[in-house]
Amino acid sequence: MMQSKPNLGRHALVLVPYGWLAVFFLMPFLLVLAISLSSVRLGMPPYEPLYAWQGSLLSIRLNLENFVFVLGENTYLLAYLTSLKVAAISTVLMLAIAYPLAYGIASCSPGSRSFLIFLVIVPFWSSMLIRVYAWMSILRNDGLLNSLLLHLGVISEPLRIMNTETAIYIGIVYTYLPFMVLPIYANLSASDRTLIEAARDLGCSRMAAFWRVTFPLSLRGVAAGCALVFIPVIGEFVVPDLLGGADTQMIGRTIWIEFFNNRDWPVASAVTVLLLVILVIPIVLFQTRLSRTSTA
Amino acid sequence: MSGSCRSLMHSVAITSIALLYGQGGARADEKLFIYNFSDYFAEDTISNFAKRTGVDARVDFFDSLEVLETRLLAGGSGFDVTFPSATVGERLIQSGALKPIDASGLKNYKNLDKDLLKLVAEHDPGNQYLVPYMWLTTGIAYNPRLVEERVGGAPTNSLDMFFKPELAQKFQDCGIGIVDAPNEVVPIALNYLGLDPYSTKQEDLDKAKDLLLKLRPYIRHMQSGQLVADMASGQLCLAMMWSGDAGVAAARAEEANNGIAVGYSIPKEGTIISFDTMAVPSDAPDPEQALAFIDYVLEPKTVADISNHVFYANANAAATPLVDEAIRTDPNVYPPAEVRSKLFVDKSLPPRQARERTRVWTAFRAGN
Repeated sequence: MMQSKPNLGRHALVLVPYGWLAVFFLMPFLLVLAISLSSVRLGMPPYEPLYAWQGSLLSIRLNLENFVFVLGENTYLLAYLTSLKVAAISTVLMLAIAYPLAYGIASCSPGSRSFLIFLVIVPFWSSMLIRVYAWMSILRNDGLLNSLLLHLGVISEPLRIMNTETAIYIGIVYTYLPFMVLPIYANLSASDRTLIEAARDLGCSRMAAFWRVTFPLSLRGVAAGCALVFIPVIGEFVVPDLLGGADTQMIGRTIWIEFFNNRDWPVASAVTVLLLVILVIPIVLFQTRLSRTSTA
Repeated sequence: MSGSCRSLMHSVAITSIALLYGQGGARADEKLFIYNFSDYFAEDTISNFAKRTGVDARVDFFDSLEVLETRLLAGGSGFDVTFPSATVGERLIQSGALKPIDASGLKNYKNLDKDLLKLVAEHDPGNQYLVPYMWLTTGIAYNPRLVEERVGGAPTNSLDMFFKPELAQKFQDCGIGIVDAPNEVVPIALNYLGLDPYSTKQEDLDKAKDLLLKLRPYIRHMQSGQLVADMASGQLCLAMMWSGDAGVAAARAEEANNGIAVGYSIPKEGTIISFDTMAVPSDAPDPEQALAFIDYVLEPKTVADISNHVFYANANAAATPLVDEAIRTDPNVYPPAEVRSKLFVDKSLPPRQARERTRVWTAFRAGN
């Protein structure tokens, strides 16, 4: 009897995250899935109900046409691929910036560590939208960056960065960088320094000690950081819409067009469901496996 | 929990209940929620109404009609008066998202231009739901100096500026913008090609797509909300945009005294004429106040002030003499009859056909 009580508490504790997932992930997803199996109509809401009662007869109509349509269209495939490309490139860029940054912070004294981490978090105090707008005024043809470079005589013609893919990368890397820095930092600052001393004692050079000890041990943090930025960037809408040109069509924009321009909620939902099935689920599975192997 | 903490929690709870209650009470009879494009009233339109009636009128803004339409279709938007275009209004009526407006209850309804009411009736048979507000064209805004520098005597009143690649490419470096409105630009392209602007035939749409794709490489962006600022600051030198927005851009450039001018012309090949209207959502919390507000906007003085501020022609015949002379005599804002005859309304298409048109647009945006 004495033992069953903490067990019950432990079970309840495990249920909390599952309950959270059920309410905030599974239920919305099921709603989206339901709409994706419906068809468009003029009305409020603008899609047919999935089921109807005729007396005691319940008829359920599931329409797979939206999926057939989305899979048969080049536009959607292209948008998926563009999103993948942008997410992959910006994840690599962020890793290249965030790892040295996190490593640097982790090797500082505890006092300056917390100050530096505070600096990483400070941008979150203002709205992301305002920060992206700020980038617009920096990157414009007559913006801060161009005026500065022209003034210094580095360039003679303003660089066209605004409304290009470069601007998208700048915006995304800037917006998501803290999500990459924090998990890597958390991992590095918790790593055992004596292991490096041991490696050095056993004849490793500084570089070798880093590559053979520190880096492999930090892989979990790297994987967490990559997943934290890669997945949201695939669906990113605000940054490409405000900073990018019209020629970079990512999946977020595609869903927006289906939802708002075509008023076709079922196709918009089908695109969303496919995004989840094709891209996000495999990534999450891969990530879980990676973090398991690195703990083992 | 300590005593002081408990009393603190107590007062927090009481205050929040009081706040909720207070808000609920005021919401029922003293607030009016308006949903309109940004910069689409005069500066004092709302404050004057509030002063006169004591109603706390609040405005929320949308930046594209698509957002307005989707919010109303989803239901429960909480707005009392909205400003859909007649085309969007037509679909909202068919969807049952709007409440009929009893014109006999509006004492200023008689001020509306009868011819324009007839045109709006193509979207809203019997003028039962939509009260015309402003009307506008989608045309050519240009920076005369930058355009002249690149092409002497450029045909600024012709869509050749966009659709002849040898001309369009000359303006690539100074920047071409275009409104993000497939329901307007695709019909304009079809009409330019001499085809039925409302055609949904694949071969016609393919031709329109080819035409647009040839223009694509020279376009800098398609952010409707950004065009005013970019034309006014000289970031762009040519844009296919709404007549009123071009007027606003010209006025802003003049205010800024930055040496930039913005011209606007209705293309001689013909273009879209659109109407913006006032409508009441079927689930409006306070339809009575909504009608009072609509009646207020129908007063000639109110709407003339708005036209003077936003540079759009209003649909109110009695207001025309009160509109600034520079606006009311501008043939590109209040076009003469022979120009008007070449304008066509933007007809609403059923969802699947609209998709074919949007697909042309998607390809155009993506440039492939």
